[in-house]
Amino acid sequence: MGGSLNANHLLFLGQGALWTIGLSAIALIGGGLVGFLIALARVSPNKLVRLTSGAYVQLVQGTPLLVIMFLGFFGLAALGFPMTPLAAAGASLTIYVGAYFGEIWRGCIQSVPRPQWEAAEGLGLSRTQRMLKVILPQAVRIATPPTVGFMVQIIKNTSLASVVGFVELARSGQIINNSLFEPFLIYAIVAVIYFALCFPISLLSRRLERRMGVGRAKLMPT
Amino acid sequence: MGLNLDFSVVLERWPLFLDGAVMTLELAFMAILIGGAVGTLCAVGRGSSNRFIAALCAGYVEAIRNTPLLVQIFLVYFGLASIGFKFSAFSVAAVALAINVGAYTAEIMRAGFESIPTGQIEAAEGLALSRVQVYWHVILLPAIEKVYPSLTSQFVLLMLASSVTSQISAEELTAVANYVQSDTYRAFETYILVALCYVVLSLVLRAAFWALGLILFPRRRRLGTSL
Amino acid sequence: MMQESPLVVLDRVYKSFGALKVLDGVSFSVGRGDVLVLIGRSGSGKSTALRCIDRFEKIDSGEIHVCGRRVDAPDIDLRALRQDVGIVFQSYNLFPHLTIAQNIMLAPVSVKGMHKAAARELAATMLAKVGLSEKLDAYPEQLSGGQQQRAAIARSLAMQPKVMLFDEVTSALDPQLTGEVLKVIEALAADGMTMVIVTHEMGFARGIARHVVFMHEGKVHEAGTASILTTPATPELAQFVGTGL
Repeated sequence: MGGSLNANHLLFLGQGALWTIGLSAIALIGGGLVGFLIALARVSPNKLVRLTSGAYVQLVQGTPLLVIMFLGFFGLAALGFPMTPLAAAGASLTIYVGAYFGEIWRGCIQSVPRPQWEAAEGLGLSRTQRMLKVILPQAVRIATPPTVGFMVQIIKNTSLASVVGFVELARSGQIINNSLFEPFLIYAIVAVIYFALCFPISLLSRRLERRMGVGRAKLMPT
Repeated sequence: MGLNLDFSVVLERWPLFLDGAVMTLELAFMAILIGGAVGTLCAVGRGSSNRFIAALCAGYVEAIRNTPLLVQIFLVYFGLASIGFKFSAFSVAAVALAINVGAYTAEIMRAGFESIPTGQIEAAEGLALSRVQVYWHVILLPAIEKVYPSLTSQFVLLMLASSVTSQISAEELTAVANYVQSDTYRAFETYILVALCYVVLSLVLRAAFWALGLILFPRRRRLGTSL
Repeated sequence: MMQESPLVVLDRVYKSFGALKVLDGVSFSVGRGDVLVLIGRSGSGKSTALRCIDRFEKIDSGEIHVCGRRVDAPDIDLRALRQDVGIVFQSYNLFPHLTIAQNIMLAPVSVKGMHKAAARELAATMLAKVGLSEKLDAYPEQLSGGQQQRAAIARSLAMQPKVMLFDEVTSALDPQLTGEVLKVIEALAADGMTMVIVTHEMGFARGIARHVVFMHEGKVHEAGTASILTTPATPELAQFVGTGL
């Protein structure tokens, strides 16, 4: 490379953007699974399970994702478990996203009106049946807009995988800049690509939210 | 399994961590102060009858909320440099974080403003208060009170996100950790310790906001209504 | 015979919300010390007429004069107008984050630049007037509806308005609480305060009104002294008074 910005650079950024999407998908699926378990654990009848899952959420939500990334990459390597950047980033995001999804979904499960729980209990359904047949289907409806909204946060957060050397969109920008020295232009392009990825999802989540008739103020990690 | 953890070489560098934690809090404080003001003005601006101002505020909020903080920090850092300004890493970091949290504040405060019944505003106008006086005396504080939990949670998230400014060499907590781990070769211990520092910092910040709430909302204190 | 010009004049006022004509050429006037009661079914335009006087609604055409000011003028000094006119709403609209004293002091301090100590004294005086002396430092939510409404009246009175507007001030109250509010308004009338009152309370209207305007479908259908309530000329007013609404 070198010289001025050309099609190859843009192609490289495009490739980075694809990895951003791929990493986001990993975080969404991994974090979704962890988050689902956490949400269930948070409403468990077993106090120990509730406390442990609560502590997990508190610890992760009290730690910057960047530090979790460093722990997963440099920390584990120093202990003799070298991780590839992709594995470290994927695992870190899974842990991080899992805590937030767990908390969001716990709120959704608990916002299913009390009489629904009681009615299900009155029908003689087991706890698992109540959860699967009555509560979760309703909770999923409530959970859709905030979950879609959080996907924007996931995409943005994958940018931090660049610090452990994973070549996604932000890292691609850095690499190109190292040869071109046009930081403002390059990061502006990178920002525009992120915006193009995130804004449609933001719009969708807002539309879903309006349809559900909830105008709650959004609370999202920056 | 040859897991040998040694926290001592990391722990003996505690003054560095303390300095880093203080700078993290300073960064967060500056960003919240500036960003909180910018965001509140922006929330007012979005309701403006002047289309240009409303669109400008909406554009700012959307641009920030749909791009990563890391990229925003690089843009501010290199953007300021390319037009010939030379600021300290701390200033650049504070400005970038303020711009970021301003957009989130704007969105939360807008919800707060919308929660104020029109009757309150009409009553204030009926008493001959000016527009600014209406906002200041009748809208602002009740609006903040309404969204105080969301607002303060967002501010705690900002404090955590300030770790990203280590990437432009602001010497806050994460940057200290990066330095210590390269110095001691104890990366795991260092980052575990620093993660705990952040957990403590967020607890401290939450407690501080709770106390601030008692001062800001005397009615809550008097009537014992929880926030 | 030359008379002192009225404090409030509505002259052929028209106002529509979209296709709906709310005020269809409404005219009436209120002299100094007069108590004018506006009655009519819901949707007859009486509340809108009242809100136009304080310019909470803009009118489409016609003229409104209040204390010598053209209210419908585009360059009206709203803050000056609203120092002359006090308004009390159905839903009290006390500021929940301020104590009763702070509610009353707010406008005198920030609009008139009164000193806080003097304003607090004024607040105490006004609260005594509405029988709430002991509630000076209470928050609105600690008061009953009737007490809140009396405090709201005190808040308006503290600006020493020339005209007071009351917009269905007892509609949100339980029947047993309306009496205390109506008594306060009656005392104001006895003091010679100029008032325009929109109300559903026919008994109260009969007792307090010097003049009555009966509105029907956006028009002044019948107007006159309080006697029209007992001897209505139009069948609509007769029916309205008869149903006791």
